[in-house]
Amino acid sequence: MSSATSPAQQSMVEPLADRPMHHAREAKPHEDAHAHSSPTPVGFWIYLMSDCVIFGALFATYAVLGGNYAGGPAPKDLFEPGFIAVETALLLFSSVTFGLAMLRAGKSDTNGTLMWLAVTALFGAGFIGMEIYEFNHLIHLGAGPDRSAFLSSFFALVGTHGLHVTGGLIWLITLMVQIRMHGLIGPNMQRLGTLSMFWHFLDLVWIGVFSFVYLVRLI
Amino acid sequence: MASEHIQPAETFSPIFGRLTLDWIPIHEPILIGTFAGVALGGLLVFALMTYFRLWVPFWKNWVTTVDHKKIGIMYMVLAFIMMVRGFADALMMRGQQAMAAGGSEGWLPPHHYDQVFTAHGVIMIFFVAMAFITGFMNYVMPLQIGARDVAFPFLNNFSLWMTVAGALLVNISLFVGEFARVGWLAFPPLSGANYSTGPGMDYYLWALQIAGVGTTLSGINMIATIVKMRAPGMKLMDMPIFTWTALITNVLIVAAFPVLTATLAMLTLDRYMDFRFFTNDYGGNAMMYVNLIWIWGHPEVYILIIPCFGIISEIVSTFSRKPIFGYRTMVWATGCIMVLSFVVWLHHFFTMGSGANVNAFFGITTMIIAVPTGVKIFNWLFTMYKGRVRLEVPMLWTIGFLVTFTIGGMTGVMLAVPPVDFQLHNTLFLIAHFHNVIIGGVVFAVFAASPTGGPSVRLQA
Repeated sequence: MSSATSPAQQSMVEPLADRPMHHAREAKPHEDAHAHSSPTPVGFWIYLMSDCVIFGALFATYAVLGGNYAGGPAPKDLFEPGFIAVETALLLFSSVTFGLAMLRAGKSDTNGTLMWLAVTALFGAGFIGMEIYEFNHLIHLGAGPDRSAFLSSFFALVGTHGLHVTGGLIWLITLMVQIRMHGLIGPNMQRLGTLSMFWHFLDLVWIGVFSFVYLVRLI
Repeated sequence: MASEHIQPAETFSPIFGRLTLDWIPIHEPILIGTFAGVALGGLLVFALMTYFRLWVPFWKNWVTTVDHKKIGIMYMVLAFIMMVRGFADALMMRGQQAMAAGGSEGWLPPHHYDQVFTAHGVIMIFFVAMAFITGFMNYVMPLQIGARDVAFPFLNNFSLWMTVAGALLVNISLFVGEFARVGWLAFPPLSGANYSTGPGMDYYLWALQIAGVGTTLSGINMIATIVKMRAPGMKLMDMPIFTWTALITNVLIVAAFPVLTATLAMLTLDRYMDFRFFTNDYGGNAMMYVNLIWIWGHPEVYILIIPCFGIISEIVSTFSRKPIFGYRTMVWATGCIMVLSFVVWLHHFFTMGSGANVNAFFGITTMIIAVPTGVKIFNWLFTMYKGRVRLEVPMLWTIGFLVTFTIGGMTGVMLAVPPVDFQLHNTLFLIAHFHNVIIGGVVFAVFAASPTGGPSVRLQA
C-alpha cells in the first residue's frame, strides 16, 4: 500500500515534498536555499502556544482560587516587593543577554555567543535560586501549598514557570556544549533560534506572573 | 486536622504509590478468568511470533517506523483492539443492568461495576475514537497534500507510543490493582485522595496524562505539516476537505489538550502532595475542576467528530460522482464550529447553579453551534441531490451517519435548553444523545472509510 504511487508519480512528488528535520541535517547548505524552509520554527511556535494554554489554565485557577486563604496568610503577609523586583530583573536581563548572544551568533562569533549564553545561564540560575529560596522560606513559614487553595494555585503557577526555566537552563547548557563541539553550524543555529523563542516566551509569562500574582495583590 | 483522612503514610510507597499486594484481585473470579484468557492469548501470540521469526521485522518495520502510513495503521489497530475491550465493558454493564432487577444484585459488585463504567468511557473516547481519527489523519492527510511524511516523523512515532502506553496502563490496571471508580471525567471530591484511596485513580491520571501529551504533540506535528509541507501551489482553499477538517481538529487539539494536562496535573498534586485545588476544605473548589475539565471536554467531542465530517464529505462526493456541494461553506462551517466549541462548555453542568443568565448564555451558544452543523448536513444532502449515487457499503454507512447523527444533534439542541436539561441531566436521555452522536458520527464514519466497512474509498475513488 505504501508504494501505491508509480515511479513516474514519485519522481513528480519527491522534489515537491518538504524535507523533514533529519534530512535537512544531511542536506548541503546550497540545497536548503531552494528547498522549503524547515518546519521546526513553526512547529516549535505551535508548541509554545500549547504551553501558553497550560499557563492560561493555571492563571485562571489562580484568578478563581487566589482569594481563598482559608484563614491562612494573604499575599501581603508573604510577598516582599524588593525580593520579587530583583528576581524579575534577573530574568529580564537574561532575555537581553540572550538577545546579545543571538547577535553574536548572527556575526558567526562562536566565543562571543558562548560568553553571552554563559551570562544568560548565570542570570537564569540566579532567578531559579531565588525562587527555590522563596519556596523554601514560605514552606518553613507554614505557608506551603497545603495551607490554602490560594497557596496551592500560587505554587502551581510559579512552580510550573520555574520548572520551565530549569528545563531551559538544561537545554542552554547542552546547547553550549554542542556549540563548543561543532561550532555555529546550521542545526545549532536552529536550536539557538528555538531556545531563544522559548526563553523570551518564559520571560513574557513571567511578566504575567509578576503583574497578576505579585504586583496586583500587593497594591 | 490537616491530613487525618489522607492515606496513612505506610501505604504510600515512593515507587508503587497506593498499589500494594492487597490490591491484586485474586478473589474476583471474573478478573481471574479474564486474566487467564489474556495470558493464554498473549502466550500464543508470543509463541507464533517467535516461531515465524517475526520479532525483528516487527521491531524494524513497525515499532520504530517513522512512516506516517504505518503509524496511522498502528493507531487504527490500537483503536480496534481497545474497541473490543470497551465493547466488553459495555456488555458487562448492560448485563448487570438486565440482571440486577427484582431484588437480584446482578453479577458485578458495586466497586467492579464502577470500574467497568469508568473504563468504558475512558477507553472509548481516548483509545478508540481518538486513536481512530488520529490514525486516519496520519494516513490520509500527508497523501492529500503531497507531502512525503509529516513534519516531524520521529515525533509522530513518539506520539503513537505515548498513546499506546496510556492504553496499556488502563489495561494493566485490570489485573494489577484496580481502575478508577469515578466516571470518565473523574470529578473531585470523589476522585480526590479522601474518597479514592486505591491505586485506580492514579492509574487514570497517569494513563490520561501520558496519552494526552502524546495527542498534543501529534496535533502540533500535523498543524506544522499542513502549514509548511503542502505541495507548491496548493493554497489553503485548494486543500481537500478532509485536510481542512484535519487542520481544524488539530488546532482544537493544541488549544484544548493542554487544559487537560494542566487539570490532571492539578488533581495529581491534590492527590500526591496535599494541594488544595479541588478539596472541600482549605478553600478548594471542586467546581473549578468541573469547569476546567469541560473546557477541554467540549472541544474534545468536536475533535472527535470534525475529521469524521471530513471523511463523510469525501465519501458523499466520491459515491455521488459530484464535487462536494458548497466547499467554501463547508470550510467556514467547520471554522465556526472550531470557535464556538470553546464557548459552550457550561452546558454540561447547567445544574451547577451558576444562575439563569449564565445558563441562558451557554444555552444560546449551544443552539447556535447547531447552525454550522446543519449547514454541513444540507451540503451533504445537496451533494447527493441529482448525483449518481452508488449505494455501496461506505455510502450505506454514510446514510446511517446522516440519520443517526441528526437525531443525536437534535436531542443535543433539546438538552441545550436549561430547564429541559434540569429534567434530563444524567438520565438515559443524555446517554442516548451522546451515543447517537459518537457512534452514529465517529464509528459510522470510521466504518464507512475503513476497508473493514466494505470496499475501501481508496479503491473506489
